[in-house]
Amino acid sequence: MSAALLSAYVDGVGLLGPGMTSWTDAVHVLSGEVPWASAPTVLPAPQSLPAAERRRTGPSVKLTLATGLEATRHAGVEPAILPAVFTSSGGDGQNCHEICAALATAERQISPTRFHNSVHNAAAGYWGIATGATPASTALCAHDASFGAGLLEALTQVVAERTAVLLLAYDSAYPEPINGVRSIPDAFGVALVLAPARGAATLARIEAHLSDAAADPMPGELEDLRRAIPAARSLPLLARLAAAHGGDVVLEYLPHVRLALRVTRCR
Amino acid sequence: MSPLLLSAFTATSCLGRGVEPTLAALRGERSGLLPCAFETVRLDTCVGEVAGVDDTTLPQGLAAFECRNNRLAWLALSQDGMAQAVAAAAGRYGAGRVGVFLGTSTSGILESEIAYRRRDAHSGALPADFRYAGAHNTYSVAAFALKALNLAGPAVVISSACSSSGKVFASAQRAIESGLIDAALVGGVDSLCLTTLYGFHSLQLVSAAPCRPFDIARSGISIGEAAAFALLERAPVAPAAEAVLLLGYGESSDAYHMSSPHPQGRGARAAMEQALAAAGVAPSEIDYINFHGTGTPSNDESEARAVAAALGAQVPGSSTKGATGHTLGAAGALEAVICALALRAQLLPAGVNTTHLDPALQVNYQLRSRPAPLRRVMSNSFGFGGSNCSLIFGRPA
Repeated sequence: MSAALLSAYVDGVGLLGPGMTSWTDAVHVLSGEVPWASAPTVLPAPQSLPAAERRRTGPSVKLTLATGLEATRHAGVEPAILPAVFTSSGGDGQNCHEICAALATAERQISPTRFHNSVHNAAAGYWGIATGATPASTALCAHDASFGAGLLEALTQVVAERTAVLLLAYDSAYPEPINGVRSIPDAFGVALVLAPARGAATLARIEAHLSDAAADPMPGELEDLRRAIPAARSLPLLARLAAAHGGDVVLEYLPHVRLALRVTRCR
Repeated sequence: MSPLLLSAFTATSCLGRGVEPTLAALRGERSGLLPCAFETVRLDTCVGEVAGVDDTTLPQGLAAFECRNNRLAWLALSQDGMAQAVAAAAGRYGAGRVGVFLGTSTSGILESEIAYRRRDAHSGALPADFRYAGAHNTYSVAAFALKALNLAGPAVVISSACSSSGKVFASAQRAIESGLIDAALVGGVDSLCLTTLYGFHSLQLVSAAPCRPFDIARSGISIGEAAAFALLERAPVAPAAEAVLLLGYGESSDAYHMSSPHPQGRGARAAMEQALAAAGVAPSEIDYINFHGTGTPSNDESEARAVAAALGAQVPGSSTKGATGHTLGAAGALEAVICALALRAQLLPAGVNTTHLDPALQVNYQLRSRPAPLRRVMSNSFGFGGSNCSLIFGRPA
């Protein structure tokens, strides 16, 4: 397996998930200082969107606005100037359900808003409208490997284009009956500002390569969370970013290959 | 940027299976759009349906991936020696050094639409034979391609609506440039489904007649389906004279509206200018532009403004969507292959169906296919959510 290294500096983190209201809050849980208390994810209203758009948005938009704005705030960078990589194991499940249900009726009436919200890049589109970001944005899917795929895309942008990039990974729950064939219990979102050079806000340096090694689990009940939601496959990396000394970690990626990361704290 | 070689490419659309019928149709100014008779759809529109998709047999052991989208993918990969070219690349570099970057907008959602009609009357549950991961999930086609082609590299689907499979070229270039992989299978696969047919209908963006991009009487899109693929590798120091290279890409966001383009084509212009800069090519060096050209009044108007600003109004161009329909998440890759064919055959393809150009659109629109010396060509792909991608292909200097 290749040992080609991709590296970047982590300048900011945003986080929202079950029992985790922000990166600032969750860092103490992830470093092991305080135990994790599971609680339903609280999705904040997207204040940065115009009222007309706000009413139309689903959980993906709320997740990415909350985590993306937290990460860019920590990084001290204007969201409008960053290319963005959005990655999700599915789309807005409720919206998808409503469309499939409508298409199963004789009338087959879909509302225009439902239809344009059905695109996998809906969150990326609303992010642009909310922040005014005009650089490239992309929207990826790799099923359970979506976080790893997003991290690789973001790292190759940092390395090949020498640009800072905002990575946003997010998943939300499906309603029935899709939940019966693809169960995602709650919403989880993480955002990372990755940069090609060390700056004032830099938290850590990460180096990544494809690996055959086994993926690292999370301690205790956080392992259930890691396994339950694809975007939470990021948790072992977040735990290293929260740890005082960083360290090596292997992230789950595709069934045939993992992502090995070295995390070196810069402050 | 470092150019990449398209060491193999193929396309299957309503124009035919593989590059030969595709090129013949372009040369002959033939459209594959026909009145819609797809599934149970009752809409007054024309579609670009690929004949025989559901007669395609997936490779043994891959029944979990059965859906129209993956059948279309396999039908296309079976043309022009495409699967063999990928296998040869895996042999040269190692299966783990070949990545998969595919675009789709709706994946196998047709299976979900049909499964919803078959929900359990009491519990509402989906039928037991419904396959979420292999059919519905957006990633399905890349997982299928990995297995069908015995690859072991990184794999991803880009799903940014109608720019999806333009953007796969950019992602693959970065992955090769950064040393993650040595070669990439890129492409786009999108198949007819009710979500897009009824969805675009709800937006009143679907034309009843075959679409007529840039025509004064244009009245919307015709939806098509297609699968198109290319194998990308680092360009050799001295490529063969007939080689086709990816020279540059540009990507941008409108940050304007979910389903309407920026009226001045702000994001489209930025994508084209970035592609020119990445390729080190002057606007005057673009010999042909394959417009996104969907045939909706606002899309064509916005693109015409953007092209005039980025390249000038004189560059010869056409939208091939009058021939193929708008193949959505496959459009970027399909039109990239059409650009590669245009370069290889030195053919400037016409925009068919269009008869009376809209005088308000300042573009040099080509109504007839003709031989032309083509050295640098551009392809535009723009999508919902304001996602823009522009690619430049060329022959060696």
